[in-house]
Amino acid sequence: MEEKEIITTPDELQEYFINMGPQHPSTHGVLRLLVSLRGEMVKSIQPHVGYIHSGIEKMCESLTYPQIIHLTDRMDYISAHINNEAVCLNVEKALEIDIPERIKVIRTIMSELTRIQSHQLWWACFGMDLGGLTCFFYGLRDREKILDIFEETCGGRMIVSYNCPGGLMYDIHPNFQKRVKDFIKYFRKILPEYDQLLTGNVIFHERTKGIGKLTREDAISFGVTGPTGRASGFSCDVRKHEPYSAYDRVQFKEILFTEGDTFSRYVARIEEMWESMNIIEQLIDNIPEGPFAVKMKPIIKLPEGEFYQRVETARGELGVYIISDGNKNPYRVKFRSPNFSNLSVLNHIASGFKIADLVAIGGSLDLIIPDIDR
Amino acid sequence: MDKTQLGDFIRSIAQNPEIKEGKQYLEVTVHPSGLYQLARQLKEKEEAQFDFLFCLSGIDYGADLGVIYHLRSTVYDHTVVLKTRTSDRQNPLLDSVTDIWQTAEFHEREVYDLLGIKFKNHPDLRRLFLDNSWGFPLRKDYVDDVNIVTK
Amino acid sequence: MLPDIVALNTSPSLSVPWWKVVYDFSSLTESIDKGLHNAMSPFWSTVTELLIIGVLILLFYALVGLFLVYAERKVCAFMQNRLGPNRVGPFGIFQTIADLFKLLFKELVPIKNADGFLFNLAPFIVIIASFMAIAAIPFAKGLHAIDLNIGVLYVIAVSAMGVIGVLLAGWSSNNKYSLIGAMRSGAQIVSYELSVGLSIITIVILAGSMQLSEIVEAQRAGWFIFKGHIPAFIAFIIFLISSTAETNRGPFDLAEAESELTAGYHTEYSGIKFAFFFLAEYINMFIVASIAATVFLGGWMPFHVGHWDGFNHVMDFIPPFVWYIGKTFFVIFLMMWFKWTFPRLRIDQLLTLEWKYLLPINLVNVLIMAFIVLMGWHF
Repeated sequence: MEEKEIITTPDELQEYFINMGPQHPSTHGVLRLLVSLRGEMVKSIQPHVGYIHSGIEKMCESLTYPQIIHLTDRMDYISAHINNEAVCLNVEKALEIDIPERIKVIRTIMSELTRIQSHQLWWACFGMDLGGLTCFFYGLRDREKILDIFEETCGGRMIVSYNCPGGLMYDIHPNFQKRVKDFIKYFRKILPEYDQLLTGNVIFHERTKGIGKLTREDAISFGVTGPTGRASGFSCDVRKHEPYSAYDRVQFKEILFTEGDTFSRYVARIEEMWESMNIIEQLIDNIPEGPFAVKMKPIIKLPEGEFYQRVETARGELGVYIISDGNKNPYRVKFRSPNFSNLSVLNHIASGFKIADLVAIGGSLDLIIPDIDR
Repeated sequence: MDKTQLGDFIRSIAQNPEIKEGKQYLEVTVHPSGLYQLARQLKEKEEAQFDFLFCLSGIDYGADLGVIYHLRSTVYDHTVVLKTRTSDRQNPLLDSVTDIWQTAEFHEREVYDLLGIKFKNHPDLRRLFLDNSWGFPLRKDYVDDVNIVTK
Repeated sequence: MLPDIVALNTSPSLSVPWWKVVYDFSSLTESIDKGLHNAMSPFWSTVTELLIIGVLILLFYALVGLFLVYAERKVCAFMQNRLGPNRVGPFGIFQTIADLFKLLFKELVPIKNADGFLFNLAPFIVIIASFMAIAAIPFAKGLHAIDLNIGVLYVIAVSAMGVIGVLLAGWSSNNKYSLIGAMRSGAQIVSYELSVGLSIITIVILAGSMQLSEIVEAQRAGWFIFKGHIPAFIAFIIFLISSTAETNRGPFDLAEAESELTAGYHTEYSGIKFAFFFLAEYINMFIVASIAATVFLGGWMPFHVGHWDGFNHVMDFIPPFVWYIGKTFFVIFLMMWFKWTFPRLRIDQLLTLEWKYLLPINLVNVLIMAFIVLMGWHF
């Protein structure tokens, strides 16, 4: 990555640079932040990315469509299921296939479970970054239950690859419904514990209220979506605006706040966990019968043209843009990743605050670096 | 506005746009010289208000290099796709839209990094992922014997 | 000069049966003292006594340090829904010894351009400060190394010496991150010294004396936290908060937090020197907990209620040493509980807490206590 030439003028000699390097306990993933400080105050932040750039978009140009799905797993690896769903939906839309109801409902349930476990991991790491180390263990303890459900049905805990164009790889395990229902019952009792530990804590309020404000106009201009954007008042939930899979038949609220500070971003994600549980409860009892996959041709070729599909991952709007020229490999695939836009706003909102606040703001943006680098 | 109304509106504000109704969105292709003006009009005009640039992709058409902008309005909820292309492969130069949509800053850096397209008036045009000695990987004529295995 | 061996038949003997020693160590100490004086000249007997006390305190220091590290890991583990060390020895009790061996074998990385003398001196200063403070604490009736008549003042003054060690460590490391951490830590400790001192002054007003053994004796009819009701309780809360900040623990550990930029003033230390800092932190925690137990909760005095003689007699049955250890470890448990529950405070919030909130409350509290003592409105 090209280094910016640092020119020191007499005024800038007061500033000094600190490197929150690629290896750091609070930048989750390989992100390098070059922070220019004056005393304790942050003047500017330059993020340096590219440490985990794998050339996914270039690789996709030489892979077939079912193979692309396995690459999307590894981009935003915490919302792996939702990434897979994006590519599958795009391919199915291009081929104009009708997907049976059973597949749609199962995909929705899996997506919501993914969202819950992503927010659980976020909560665990956020608490840990702020110093409440116990939060880490509680969050991960509960996430294990979801990962066990994934492992039983999909075969993998984090990298699931459960979707494929035309449906699912295998049918759900017979225990699936019971385990999900038990989990919901358990987690409804546990989630208030999270509030007791962190949300209601005075120290926590002092660390997060009023810190890192993002206005609605800036959120739209920077393209910040997901809970981060919704906490600033930007209504961007793809599940509401362009419903896909089974989202058009479930009732849920879109969580919107107006303050746009770290605390609202925090509460937005906690509320989203409640909403996800509501969605799952509406669907889990009535999974329609039917096939778990539609018969597809062995070699999938998309018609010539451009196809764009948006989904709502745990972090924001993921867009999959496929330009096809009629072959079995796409001509160009572009992944519009939510974390890429979310990172660009870090310099704007963290300038003027202290180093400790930078850690809190970075944690509340909930960045996953391989999604930025692709 | 639906696709036909959008088409008429854009014809009225742009010079020689090529408008095509794609399966999903309305696709507008303009010459690079008219891109910045059109983009600014699309953002500021009362009937359009395309304030959300949600995808900026660079593409190598084989002979030309191009950039594709996906725009949406949060007010009216209509979407349009803006395309432009240049045939200068040695020194492609386009206008930057960073002062219209701030998200373009990082996205244009990525396009410069992977395809080599430079943007005028960009506040900080540096490579994003790769270092200076690397070529431009997303180009179709990119050859790398060490890292890419071809049959 | 040969020692005067006088009257071999005046062998040291206890004035009370052996099992009553536990209730009053002064008989044991007096008999040892007499025995030594009989066997050697006054100079040598004093030297021997000092040696014995030094060795005992060293042993105590080491054992308490080992135990506290293990206790912290177990307590922290149970709060976090896991088990903690349970492999090395039964219930993992030898874990700390294993860690100690590991630290002893680590390479002491020499730092280029670091001030060598100060760099090596800093851990020792921190340890010496805590040693000196232990010397004045009464562990049981008659069991303390020195009984100064300004005991409280001595303990506060001596534990303040630890700041010098911290600042020296940060400065001599030749590392800008260590310096930032040391400056933060130094500012924090110096600020919270005030609150610690003032909250103890509140009790000194109630007790009427600074001598630690007299403070404990004065709690025979009831512990000061009950005797001095409101102001004593407020002083206890403030003391808990300030002493947690003094020892860089709990929600006030910004200077050594790993999820901030630096590992604080002990970044550059490795091996046994790091072990010193680490141990000193736990012993400091023990010292402030002992002070809290002594001054607020009655020290080695069992739980008496006024003049209920029957009840008091039953309470007296438990040896005072057990009472003291129980109270101290209760306060230590509270401090551990804080650390593992709350998130961290930012440095400016920390200092705001002290200067804008705790100090005014403390000052007002001292006035209230003085008023109450004058009017006699206490138990």
